[in-house]
Amino acid sequence: MAKSVKKRHALSTRIWHWINAVSLIILFMSGLTISNAHRYLYWGDYGFDPADAWLAVMRFPSWATIPSRYNLAEARDWHILMAWPFALGLLFIWIAMLANRHFVRDLLTRRKEWKASAIAKDVREHLKLNFRHAGEEGSAKYNFLQKLAYGVVYGIFLPMLVFTGLAISPGFEPAAPWLVDILGGRQSARSLHFIFAFATFGFVALHIVLVLLSGPIKQTWAMIGGGRMENSDET
Amino acid sequence: MKRRTLLAGAAALGTGACSKIAGTDTANSLFEAAEDWHRAAHRTLANRQALAPEYAPEDRSPTFRSNGSKTVDTPEYRAELANGFANWRLQVRGLVEQPLSLSMDDIRALPQRTQITRHDCVEGWSAIGEWTGPQLSGVLDAAKVKPEANFIVFYCADTLYGEDYYESVDMVDAYHPQTIIAHQLNGEALPEGNGAPLRMRIERQLGYKHPKYLTAIEAVSSFENIGKGMGGFWEDHPAGYQWYAGI
Repeated sequence: MAKSVKKRHALSTRIWHWINAVSLIILFMSGLTISNAHRYLYWGDYGFDPADAWLAVMRFPSWATIPSRYNLAEARDWHILMAWPFALGLLFIWIAMLANRHFVRDLLTRRKEWKASAIAKDVREHLKLNFRHAGEEGSAKYNFLQKLAYGVVYGIFLPMLVFTGLAISPGFEPAAPWLVDILGGRQSARSLHFIFAFATFGFVALHIVLVLLSGPIKQTWAMIGGGRMENSDET
Repeated sequence: MKRRTLLAGAAALGTGACSKIAGTDTANSLFEAAEDWHRAAHRTLANRQALAPEYAPEDRSPTFRSNGSKTVDTPEYRAELANGFANWRLQVRGLVEQPLSLSMDDIRALPQRTQITRHDCVEGWSAIGEWTGPQLSGVLDAAKVKPEANFIVFYCADTLYGEDYYESVDMVDAYHPQTIIAHQLNGEALPEGNGAPLRMRIERQLGYKHPKYLTAIEAVSSFENIGKGMGGFWEDHPAGYQWYAGI
């Protein structure tokens, strides 16, 4: 292998990671303002009466929202703007990680990793805060739970945020009315958009906790400068 | 740079700085560009005349929520409401060869379109109702819109926060087959709360784009000199809603 591939994170991964981080933070916080505009979630095509809601969402406090003072128009400005780097960034990283084999090499789980005993061992190691137990072949960079988490986020949470977001846009709907149908109607798509936003928030919170527990300075530097491959690491 | 620093920076960006950034000309031109990209994407991905979904009668919501202006608080409007809008006139003017002044009978005598569509409010809720009225395209053809017209402006009898409500669309939406001047909701004359006697239906855009209590339709080349120049009541507001309400 050439020396240039010894970086732990590819340049494409690093660029996307930070663009995506900024996009997600602004989308999430402006999304909380949009949620405050009508705090009720429904299933089906229509819904406007709180009595029909399956969930009355809390009113998000001003420290959590963009902008801090309730302003739906400005929140929509941010949301509509950051949707572009978020969605195009996701498309970019999928193409990049398929092209540079990051997905197949590091993120795709192997059949033997799905054995109950292997999963139980992985969970035990995590609970002991031992994160340096990559797959049995030395080449695997991530352990099973990491692969699963990244796979779910890349393959389900983030794409579903894009698709459910498109589905609630009345101007996009005539281009793909089937999208709204398979999601169960516009209000269902809106509910799912909210659910995947909070699922992603949960992932980000866990991600940050695990980075803090596993050497935050080194991890963050690696996501900026690229870092070195684990197996060339002296520890 | 540490992750903590980055996170603190991001949080600061999120809370205070976003508002500061949002007030700058650069941010505003970015916001406008993003809005234009969405509109361009929508119109590239779908046919310009592609229809918003239409529903079956049983899909209608049990009631149709009224929002924004729920009435017009003038003695003239109360008098019109009391006598069934017998003297209501819809003016068609501006860049047209044949200005029109239509009575409710004139409007009901035009070819009608009935459509059961979903109304999406900018706040997030939706209602489904059946609307009936003539297509705007037919009225514009009767008035012979001049080629230099780029937008259609809708004037309303209602005021909100002391300002006249108005809206505008471009010619793509003006000539869209589902763009109708509705005088009926669910088979009944339009209720007061939903814009009696006339409201626009611009089906591929959010609710604030569907002006109620309609009094005049004007063909213009630019809406720069109307209101505060942004093309609508909400658009004119400080940090107002997007002119393109299809997002």
